[in-house]
Amino acid sequence: MFREIYYAVLEFLRTFGALQLFFLRLLQHSPSILFRRFGLVVKQVHNAGALSIVIIMVCGLFVGGVLGLQGYSNLARFNAEDSVGTFAAFALIKELGPVITALLFAGRAGTALASEIGLMKATDQLSAMEMMAVNPMRRILVPRFLGGVISMPLLAAVFSTIGLFGAHLVGVNLLGVDVGAFWQQIQQTLDMADIYEGVVKSVVFGVVASLLAVWEGYNAIPTAEGVGRATTRTVVITAIAVLFFDFLITAIVL
Amino acid sequence: MATPANNLIEVRNLDFSRGPRRIFKNLNVVIERGRVTAIMGPSGTGKTTLLRLITRQLIPDRGQILIDGVDIAKLNLAELYQLRQRFGMLFQNGALLTDMSVFENVAFPLREHTRLTNRLIRHVVLTKLHAVGLRGAADMMPAELSGGMARRVALARAMVMDPDILIYDEPFVGLDPISMGVIVRLVRRMNDALGISSILVSHDVKEISAVADCSFLIADGKVAASGSPDELRSESSDVVRQFMHGMADGPVAFHFQAPDYAEQLLGRDVD
Repeated sequence: MFREIYYAVLEFLRTFGALQLFFLRLLQHSPSILFRRFGLVVKQVHNAGALSIVIIMVCGLFVGGVLGLQGYSNLARFNAEDSVGTFAAFALIKELGPVITALLFAGRAGTALASEIGLMKATDQLSAMEMMAVNPMRRILVPRFLGGVISMPLLAAVFSTIGLFGAHLVGVNLLGVDVGAFWQQIQQTLDMADIYEGVVKSVVFGVVASLLAVWEGYNAIPTAEGVGRATTRTVVITAIAVLFFDFLITAIVL
Repeated sequence: MATPANNLIEVRNLDFSRGPRRIFKNLNVVIERGRVTAIMGPSGTGKTTLLRLITRQLIPDRGQILIDGVDIAKLNLAELYQLRQRFGMLFQNGALLTDMSVFENVAFPLREHTRLTNRLIRHVVLTKLHAVGLRGAADMMPAELSGGMARRVALARAMVMDPDILIYDEPFVGLDPISMGVIVRLVRRMNDALGISSILVSHDVKEISAVADCSFLIADGKVAASGSPDELRSESSDVVRQFMHGMADGPVAFHFQAPDYAEQLLGRDVD
């Protein structure tokens, strides 16, 4: 049994090391792609970001609405229902915005990336590129990675903004909290530091989610089954990694 | 050992295994300039693997592959990419980039490697598409093409950088007789009109006989026979005869390796 555990740990470390090397190679090619082939990146920002915006907005609205309801009913016990705005703003900007966006991103854009790259591999498109003396790393992987990294903070910002709007809708328009109190409390308590924390998180999640999606797609076994499994793994591993990093960053910041 | 000037590609004493499976054992192949060379063999003998070795998508375990006398294992990435620009490769299923139109697929190498103006690119791409008879399909997407058309587009793309060497991986598989005839004619015409060398991997004896100047028959990880199609047909060894005449059983057994039939049916190890 110890032998099996030993090999499992060894295998994990090996994969982890390979992932880090892969990450470094992506970073190494990133500047030149960003400056010389920006068009490729823009296209991927469209694919990963613009096409995810509807799902992000809808979910943001509902999450904000729930925060409004829950916040109101709990805060009302202490006669503090005016603070529902602050409550929602903190929850959204520091935690829920980046985290839920990253989870939705993994489901919407990460799976698309992984299956697209996996299928390109399965249908020899990556080999064909190699044979045309075009490095798939630069032409396919790096633009998709950068597209995800750029999209994530923007999507998280949209999510938090719409979420706050949802909380306003429920708290102020539905339950009758005073508009002035709602916004004034947010202004008083929310610092730039809180917003930075959210931005840092969403940038880190953007790197993690895009890296894992591109990695899983690129290393997919080039069959229908293999691509399917890579797509599933993308969502599962991204979810675990995002929540882990969320804990890590929160622990460091606090 | 000096390389005669006419030898384009030389494979010397090549060994290659995939996992425990030995694919090539001491393989020697010489491909001459300006000719259509066919690499034949039963399925699973590693014909495609040989192509991938020649283009260094795979690295041999032992032995050398020389292109114009240069050992390709010693090239760095930049030199390798430079070498690959001399190759045009036609993949088995075309391997067109699915997110681009036919036109953009053919234009792809030009856009990546040259700084030609859009007008010039248009000109070159339409010429190449015309050569394979698909100028009218320029605006279609790869998903809308039939198998034969996709392969012709891939051929146009393989030619667009004017390579010295065109490589075809199983160009005849899964095509109707008409498309097959079209591809056979194109292979021959490209080779002679452009003065390039062609390497063809296939197991379609009839088509190969029609187009190849020289063929290598690979079986059991070695070259079983080589020569012109006529020479191969009159070859007397069992493997060659079985392959060239399409006999079901012979040195290449009909049955995949298995335990003894009677023993497996009557055996007591099954409960």
